[in-house]
Amino acid sequence: MSDQACETCPAYRKADLKKLGINMTDFDFVVALAGNPNTGKSTVFNNLTGLRQHTGNWPGKTVSRAEGAFSFNDKKFKIVDLPGTYSLLSTSQDEEIARDFILFGRPDVTVVVVDATRLERNLNLVLQVLEITDKAVLCVNLIDEAERKKIKIDERSLSRELGIPVVLTAARQNRGMPELLNYIFEVSSGQFKCKPHRISNETRELKSAVEKLTSKISEQFPHLPNARWVALRLLDGDQRIIDSIRSGELNTLFKPEVNEDLLMESK
Amino acid sequence: MSEEKNKNDVLTLADELRWEIGEDFHDSLAESIYSDASKIAAVSVIYDDKKPKFDFDRTIDRIVTSRWLGFPIMFLILSVVFWITIEGSNIPSQFLASILVDTVHPALKSFADSINTPWWLSGILIDGAYLAVAWVIAVMLPPMMIFFPLFSLLEDFGYLPRVAFNMDNLYRRVGAHGKQALTMSMGFGCNAAGVVASRIIDSPRERLIAIITNNFSLCNGRWPTQILIATIFIGSTAPAHLAGIVSAGAVVGIALLGIFFSLVVSWFLSRTVLKGEASTFSLELPPYRPPRILRTLYTSIIDRTIFVLWRAVVFAFPAGIVIWLVANIHFGDTTIAELFINWANPLGFLIGLNGVILLAYIIAIPANEIVIPTILMLTVLVVGISEVGGGNGVMFELDSIEATSAILHAGGWTMLTGVSLMLFSLLHNPCSTTIYTIYKETGSIKWTLVSTFLPIIMGIAVCFTVAQIWKIFI
Repeated sequence: MSDQACETCPAYRKADLKKLGINMTDFDFVVALAGNPNTGKSTVFNNLTGLRQHTGNWPGKTVSRAEGAFSFNDKKFKIVDLPGTYSLLSTSQDEEIARDFILFGRPDVTVVVVDATRLERNLNLVLQVLEITDKAVLCVNLIDEAERKKIKIDERSLSRELGIPVVLTAARQNRGMPELLNYIFEVSSGQFKCKPHRISNETRELKSAVEKLTSKISEQFPHLPNARWVALRLLDGDQRIIDSIRSGELNTLFKPEVNEDLLMESK
Repeated sequence: MSEEKNKNDVLTLADELRWEIGEDFHDSLAESIYSDASKIAAVSVIYDDKKPKFDFDRTIDRIVTSRWLGFPIMFLILSVVFWITIEGSNIPSQFLASILVDTVHPALKSFADSINTPWWLSGILIDGAYLAVAWVIAVMLPPMMIFFPLFSLLEDFGYLPRVAFNMDNLYRRVGAHGKQALTMSMGFGCNAAGVVASRIIDSPRERLIAIITNNFSLCNGRWPTQILIATIFIGSTAPAHLAGIVSAGAVVGIALLGIFFSLVVSWFLSRTVLKGEASTFSLELPPYRPPRILRTLYTSIIDRTIFVLWRAVVFAFPAGIVIWLVANIHFGDTTIAELFINWANPLGFLIGLNGVILLAYIIAIPANEIVIPTILMLTVLVVGISEVGGGNGVMFELDSIEATSAILHAGGWTMLTGVSLMLFSLLHNPCSTTIYTIYKETGSIKWTLVSTFLPIIMGIAVCFTVAQIWKIFI
């Protein structure tokens, strides 16, 4: 039983994982945990942090956000468990909490947890998340249940289509968690560059309207990383986004100098 | 200035374009997300062509959510859970009482005497605070240790969303949101959690209804109370071998009555002050998952049992002191407690209760959990059964449910008192934590007051009606 062969395997590094619970001082990266209700986000959260946030077979268990921390490869990660939502478009309070955090909280990586047995429906949320942020990892959870139902997921083609790392997990049995950790590390540290899928098949008028507005936005607010998404939301008449432009919140948030200041303050 | 102009430029352009692209933008955007999602899924998900002959989830769902069997199965499962709890907690309760009350308490007293502690100090600390805490542990720990894990197993298995599925149509029919069935089920654990969970309801009107009526779900703090009263008053009237089943049935009855009241009040609110249409939603039934027994035992003991017990102990400590004080401070010949009880007795009798219970509710306002220990302690004090207590204000030794029941019967308690107490325990103000949570969630003093006083008024009205009818017929 030599350890040699294991060293190349990502599972080996699980040993580096330190569960920090709620000790969240001086973290290097912020991880957001998003996903549909009842896909096991809280189980993934507990697995990474060693916390025992109450989990339940119950959609809507987490309605506010829970925070925890862990350290991996000498980096400290703060992880935020967001409420489970079906979309980021409508206006209920739990969806707003999730969206606001991904947009305004600017996590270094967003892990989208999906149910392997309901992948197609869950992908709607994944695509919406990818409109907002570039840095994401897809965690296809409950893979054991999918196997039980004889559903196979091809993570390579999924990863190719979405342009982000994909990992198959069964968080309850600790399956796939070491790989997930690795991807979280690689994406948040910039080692893995995501090329996220963008929603494509729009009508021609729509496309030109979106392009016009997007270029206007990037011209006026050069620091905004997701101008296209902001354009889509403005065209949809999203009051929260209109307000955040009017109040200047959106703009100041993404100015590099201000970010430094904020960072200093938080330290 | 230029920033100001930038903002306006963007917003003006957005307004113009919004006119150009027309109204169906939102739908077409949603559609393109759907079609992209299905394209991606098509290339990366492979289904096995052979459908398994037996679909476990579907088969169970067809039974537990069926029109005819859904509700009876729900009642049956609840009854079995309570029956196991009631039958199982009697022996450990006696065991704990014999240690904490029969052995440790006299030892503490004789130790205090040996170091010449003043009588009032050892009274406050040992006969008051210590005994109240010991009592809470002996009475509450065993039922909680059994009930919470059983309930968590049901939750982990995925049964609770099925309860919500059975109920949601009823809630929609009374003009509330179907998801209120979910928040109600959450309230069975803790009302404060149920109130927070109401965030899943989008419409403010329906969310408010869900918050106000959540208190009608019996919570962790009140289950042990209900179980205990049912065992003492309802169960003891039945033949011994049926006592457990009869008591469990009584508790299920009260829980159902709570659901009934939450429907009636929702109906009333949505017809009057909170008028509006019910919104539609789709409830996704999660797959059944084999519960992880050890993990569930661990979390239900740590998160629930210890949490609830600790809260009870924290409140029992000062309450024990207050009880000892009201029982020992005299005005003339009578103590404060006796003065209040004599004064409140007529009012109490009117609603099927008595002065002791009213005083206990006042002392136990911070936490529902300690109502029963307080009632028992005060009863002993008033009845003055000297052989079971060590003097005024000392909680007696609870050796068994039978002994408790004998003492309460000696104190003038009847079955009506028991029934009324169960009803009043269902219908009274939420605990202080829940009231605070309601205020935080609604941000409105008005709705917090409504949520606080509406159940008390209902409780008094219901108890009054029951008592009057009872007196006519029995």
